[in-house]
Amino acid sequence: MNDLIIIVTGSLVAICCGILGCFLILRKMAMVSDAISHAVLPGIVIAFMLGSDLDSIWMLVGAGLVGVFTTFLIEFFHRQGKLQTDASIGVTFTWLFAIGVIMVSYYAGDAHIDQDCVLYGEIAYVPIDPIITDSGSVLGPKALIVLSIVLLVILAVILPFYKEFFLTSFDPAYAAAIGISATIWHYLLMSLVSITTVASFESVGAILVVAFLIVPPATAYLITTRLHHMIGLSCVFGILAAILGYYIAYWIDGSIAGAMATVAGLNFGFVFGWTQIKKARPVTSPPISQD
Amino acid sequence: MIEQVQNPALEIHDLTVSYDKKPVLWGIDLSVPKGAIAGIVGPNGAGKSTLIKSVMGLVPLSSGYVKIFDEELNTVRKRVSYVPQRESVDWDFPASVLDVVMMGRYSKVGLMRRLRKADLEAARYALQQVGMEKFEKRQISQLSGGQQQRVFLARALTQQADIYFMDEPFAGVDAATEKAIIQLLKEMASQGKTVIVVHHDLQSVATYFDWIIMLNLRLVASGPTEKAFSQELLEETYGGKLTLLTEVGELMKKGQYPTREKQ
Ligand SMILES: Nc1ncnc2c1ncn2[C@@H]1O[C@H](COP(=O)(O)OP(=O)(O)OP(=O)(O)O)[C@@H](O)[C@H]1O
Ligand SMILES: [Mg+2]
Repeated sequence: MNDLIIIVTGSLVAICCGILGCFLILRKMAMVSDAISHAVLPGIVIAFMLGSDLDSIWMLVGAGLVGVFTTFLIEFFHRQGKLQTDASIGVTFTWLFAIGVIMVSYYAGDAHIDQDCVLYGEIAYVPIDPIITDSGSVLGPKALIVLSIVLLVILAVILPFYKEFFLTSFDPAYAAAIGISATIWHYLLMSLVSITTVASFESVGAILVVAFLIVPPATAYLITTRLHHMIGLSCVFGILAAILGYYIAYWIDGSIAGAMATVAGLNFGFVFGWTQIKKARPVTSPPISQD
Repeated sequence: MIEQVQNPALEIHDLTVSYDKKPVLWGIDLSVPKGAIAGIVGPNGAGKSTLIKSVMGLVPLSSGYVKIFDEELNTVRKRVSYVPQRESVDWDFPASVLDVVMMGRYSKVGLMRRLRKADLEAARYALQQVGMEKFEKRQISQLSGGQQQRVFLARALTQQADIYFMDEPFAGVDAATEKAIIQLLKEMASQGKTVIVVHHDLQSVATYFDWIIMLNLRLVASGPTEKAFSQELLEETYGGKLTLLTEVGELMKKGQYPTREKQ
């Protein structure tokens, strides 16, 4: 039973991340997700200090706001200061993250929050941390429930507005010209990424969530020619990583989240190798003439 | 030589656009009649793309206004179409030719609605018009530059707009296709649609366009091709004035000149 809970939790992280990650890499913003995953740290600590439980809805809302703020700062330094995007990302998230680190070290004594739990997470604890209602009945593992809600939110945003996300990712200038503001969708996507990061950090940690956001979509990108295939396939790769990763970790008795991310990386390696071999094969038939 | 028209499709008044306080378009005043095929010519960096972008509301205006069919852009956006320069997007995007052409229907369909069969038919028809119907399933990265350009044209055509702004739609397109597309644009113009095209090949200006806009940071000419397309004005557009104007732009950036001087 616990196995299943852990695998399902990992798969939920993989699906949430797989969907959003596709848009991130197509917008050439893979590293923005890295920035956000670090920048939410002060938000997490503040929510924690306020005495609210970690699973409170405010935590997700706060994460969304921090994500928007991070995105705004990155854009602001880039636009106003003419700073390169990557430099702008570097300045923004290290600063926010550093504040978070100070806060964590300062409050480490009186709360069960520490660097390790935020940065690396521990998916093995998911089954033993249930949500208990006021009347005392057990609803189920907290991470599992929170991630399910996040997935529903993501689907509720992406499905109805798929074509807007598609167009603003491909050609923001044309989108603006026909009256679809690229900015709104940009910030909406970034809030979803922040929410996902926070919802995942307990199980896989703030660092490995980036692996789930980037690696399966990048793998799918190599072998797909349509966006919806890419999204579907990156979810499949993510789930595969969650399942295989769990059993490998079990077998070597190591970090589960680490094993999952490693499998995702190996997966990328295999697919990349396969596309290279396919490319190198000699042409066997003459080209078909076309006008 | 600047000719103003009554009841224009496009009216630009006293337009100045700057990047980082350095003006790249300066005091542009022009109007284009309905049903015209207008060419915008000028050397590299003359501000042709900037002019189109400012009409489409993609760059902030320092001064002046733009009116389309005597309205603000926002109220007539559905009647306006735009073909950006091909280099403005990443063609390795996982999308098929049909996916991209269908984008032209998004503003008609509206938020949260799905595309319907009529949209698909409109997209297929536009692909036929630019001779790309055989490629509808192909990924856009597997097209040649000229074919990609034709996909952008088809996307604009599916909008079934009343005025089209096209930034170098013939860049990399072969001569036969260019002729076919111009034929298409002429048909559209004869139905009362207005087409405004950034163009580099001065040889074909006289045969393609009935209205010409010559630009080099400021407006050199805007008028019917037979009147405005003269040797003298061409020299003024492409000639030695280029360096001088750039110098003036630099001076203004340093704040040594008032923003606008009477010519
Ligand atoms: N984003 C920008 N930031 C700063 N300056 C810019 C920007 N875009 C264009 N410029 C400058 O504005 C001027 C006009 O550029 P624009 O792209 O409008 O020229 P163009 O006439 O379209 O040239 P081309 O024939 O090469 O397409 C150029 O001097 C260019 O350097
Ligand atoms: Mg240009």
